[in-house]
Amino acid sequence: MSSTFVVYVEDKPGVLNRVASLFRRRAFNIESLTVGHTDTPGVSRMTIVVGTDRDGARKVEAHLYQLVNVLRVDDVTSTPAVYRDLAMIKVQATPDTRSSIMQLVDVYRARIVDVATDSLMIEVTGTEDKIDSLLDVLRPYGVIEAVRTGRVAMARGGARTPRVRRASAALRGPIPRLPSDADRDTPVPLSA
Amino acid sequence: MSRRSTRAARPQRVPGTLTGAQIVWECLARERVTHVFGYPGGAILPVYDAMPAYPVHHVLARHEQGAVHMADGYARASGSVGVAMATSGPGATNMVTGIATAMMDSSPLVCITGQVSSGLIGSDAFQETDITGVTLPITKHNYLVTEADEIAPAMREAFYIARSGRPGPVLVDMTKDAQQAACPFDWDAAEPKPPGYRPDHRPRAAQLRHALELINGAARPVILVGHGVVLANAEGLVKTLAERTTIPVAMTLLGIGAFPGSHPLNLGMMGMHGEAWVNEAVQQADVLVALGMRFDDRVTGALNTFAPNARKIHVEIDPAEVNKNVAVDVGLIGDVGEVVETLLPGVAPNDHSAWLARIDDLRRHATARSILNFTDDGRLYAAHAIHDLWQATRGRALVVTDVGQHQMWEAQYYRHESARSLITSGGLGPMGFALPAAIGAKLARPDADVWAVVGDGGFQMTMAELGTMVQEGLKVSIAIINNGCLGMVRQLQEFFYGARYHATPLVNPDFVTLAGAYGIRGIRVTERSAVIPAVEAAAAHDGPILLDIRVETDDAVYPMVAAGAGLDQMIRRPAQEALR
Repeated sequence: MSSTFVVYVEDKPGVLNRVASLFRRRAFNIESLTVGHTDTPGVSRMTIVVGTDRDGARKVEAHLYQLVNVLRVDDVTSTPAVYRDLAMIKVQATPDTRSSIMQLVDVYRARIVDVATDSLMIEVTGTEDKIDSLLDVLRPYGVIEAVRTGRVAMARGGARTPRVRRASAALRGPIPRLPSDADRDTPVPLSA
Repeated sequence: MSRRSTRAARPQRVPGTLTGAQIVWECLARERVTHVFGYPGGAILPVYDAMPAYPVHHVLARHEQGAVHMADGYARASGSVGVAMATSGPGATNMVTGIATAMMDSSPLVCITGQVSSGLIGSDAFQETDITGVTLPITKHNYLVTEADEIAPAMREAFYIARSGRPGPVLVDMTKDAQQAACPFDWDAAEPKPPGYRPDHRPRAAQLRHALELINGAARPVILVGHGVVLANAEGLVKTLAERTTIPVAMTLLGIGAFPGSHPLNLGMMGMHGEAWVNEAVQQADVLVALGMRFDDRVTGALNTFAPNARKIHVEIDPAEVNKNVAVDVGLIGDVGEVVETLLPGVAPNDHSAWLARIDDLRRHATARSILNFTDDGRLYAAHAIHDLWQATRGRALVVTDVGQHQMWEAQYYRHESARSLITSGGLGPMGFALPAAIGAKLARPDADVWAVVGDGGFQMTMAELGTMVQEGLKVSIAIINNGCLGMVRQLQEFFYGARYHATPLVNPDFVTLAGAYGIRGIRVTERSAVIPAVEAAAAHDGPILLDIRVETDDAVYPMVAAGAGLDQMIRRPAQEALR
C-alpha cells in the first residue's frame, strides 16, 4: 500500500537532502518524489509517494514536522485529489509503423513532440496507470528510452487553497501554530 | 612563498562592523553563555583569536568527544544550553558521538565547528568534512554558514531551536572566510523566525477530558515519569498530581530524580533492569499515565505484551513520539508541566489502597532477594559500594554515571531525591560519558558534590579528561567500579552466549598511580568496610579524588528483561547461597 503526501518546504539548499535522509533513516521507502517551485517565492512543493500503510503514514507526517524547514504536510492519500505523471517516450517508428503509433497516441491523448526518420518522441500526461498502459502498447514497436517525472498531486476543490496560502504566509509572519489549529477547540480549565 | 605571507593577516576592521568571529562571541555573550567547551584548530582559529575580549570562559578539553559530553553535562545539570566548539574535519567528526548522545536524550546543545574557506568547499581540502551532512540525522537542526552576515541569524536560531520544544543539539558549521570577513552586527534584526518550526503545541480540551475520565476512573493506575518532566522543570506538578490521586510513580532511567526517591508513592525504575515489582505493577495496571517519556524499547520490553490491560495516556511534547512505539488511547501533545497543570483541577482524590497494597506485596516478595540483604561474606559487590556511596553522601550528591552495569546498579541503589541529581546517557549509551559530563556538571553547579561513577572500561575511553579537570581546578570525585572486565557485555555473554568471555577481560593500569600522575589523590578500596571511609575522605579532601573500588567480577545486574521478552518475564537474582 502506498501513501501520497504533499509537502511544503522552505526553498533552501539541502532541504531535499533533509527530507530524503529522514525517509532513509526511518526505513520508509520512497516510491516517487517530485519537487518544484510553488507560486510563492521561497516555498517549494514536494509530492512524495511512500510505500507504507496508514499507521506508517501518520509516522511519516509527524517525523516530517520534526524537520525545521518543513512548512506543512498534507496526506492526500484518502482525500479526493488529481494525480498526474508526465512521461516522454522515444519509440522506434518505421514508415510502416508510424501511422499506427500515431493512432495510439491519439487514443491516449498524448502528443508527438519530435519526429525523426526512424523514431518518434511522445509526451504523455496522466495517471501512472495510463502511462503504464501506453508503455505496454508501445513496447512491441521498440521503446528506445522513456523518462517519467513521478507523481504530482493536488487536492480537488477549494478546500486546500487556504492552507497553501498559510504555508506561504508563514514565511513572512510570526511563527505559526500547528497547521491543524483551526480545527482545534481551545484548552479550557477542566475544574468546571 | 614570501616570509610575510606565511603570517596570518589580521582581519580587516571596518568602522561600525565586526568580524564573523567577533559576532560569534557577541551572540554567545547575549545568549548568556558563560562556558564554552572546545578544542581549537586551523579552521576555527579566527573565532578563538577573538575570544579574549569576551566574558566567556573556555574549557580546553582533551578530545572533542569530551568537549561535547562536557557541554551536555553542563546542560543537564543547569537546564541551560551547553556550547561546544571544534575545528573542521577531525575536530568536527570527533564530536559526533557527543552530538548523537545529546540527540537521543533531548539535551540542548549548540555545537560550533569551523569549516574550510567557502572557495575550498567540495574540493577535499585539508581537514574538510561535510559535517552538516554527517550530523544531519543526529542533530535537531544544523547550519552551514558561508557569509559573515549569516552568522548572527544562524546562532540565534540555533539557540532558539536547541532550547525550545523538545530540546536537542544544533550544529553551526562556519567557513573560515565567514569568520574573517566583517559586516554590520544587528542583534535585533537576527531574531529567530523559522517559519516551519512549531514548538508550542497544546492538547485539545476533548482529549484532556478523556484523560481525566481515565485517571479518575482508574483502579490500578501507574504514572510513568521520564526525562521530559526534568526538561520541563515539572517535578513539583507531577508530585502534586501523584499525591492528589495517590497514584504510584515509576520512572525511566532518565526520569530518576523527577520524583523523590524516598516518597511513599515512588516505585523506582522500570524497564529492562527495573525492579521486579515496578515492572509487574506496570504490566498489571489498568491505566498508565506516561509523562514526558517515549516508550523506549528498554522501558517496554516486548511491545505486543506491554501493559496489555492498560488504557494509556501519553503526555509528550514531540508529536512524532505519540503512537510511535506504543499505541495510546489519549495523546496529550504539549509541555508536560503545562498539561499536568491543566489536568490538576480536574483530578479527583482517589482511594487506591487496595492497588498500593498489592504492589507492596510484590515489593516484599522481591526485597527478600535483594543483594542488600546478603550477609557480608567478605565479597565486595558493586551494589554494596553504590549503596554505601549513597549513604555516605546522604543521597545529596550529583551523580554522573557512565554506561554499563555500574550505571544500572547506580540507578537501583542510589536513591535520588531531586531532579538533575542523576546525569546519565540513556538513549545512545556511549561509554566514556561520565567523566567529561561530570566536569561539565561541576562547572554548571560548583556547589554540588559531583561524583562520576564509572566502570573501568568506560573510564579508559575518556580518562584523558582528567587533564581538563585538573587544569580547571575542579573537585570532581570519581568512583571507578572496577571489576576488571567489560561487565555488561560479559553479562550478556554469561546469559546468552554460553559464558564464552571473549574480548571482555581488561588488563587495567593502576588507577591510583594514574591519578597520582595528574596530582589527584587516589584510594584503592577492596573491602566493603572501606567504602564509606573512602567516600568521607573524598568529602574531606580539598581537591579531586579517585576511588578504585575493586568489586566482584562474577556478578550480574538483576532483574533483567532479555531483549524481546515481556516486561514481567525477568531473570531474577539468585539467592546468596547459589553464589558460594
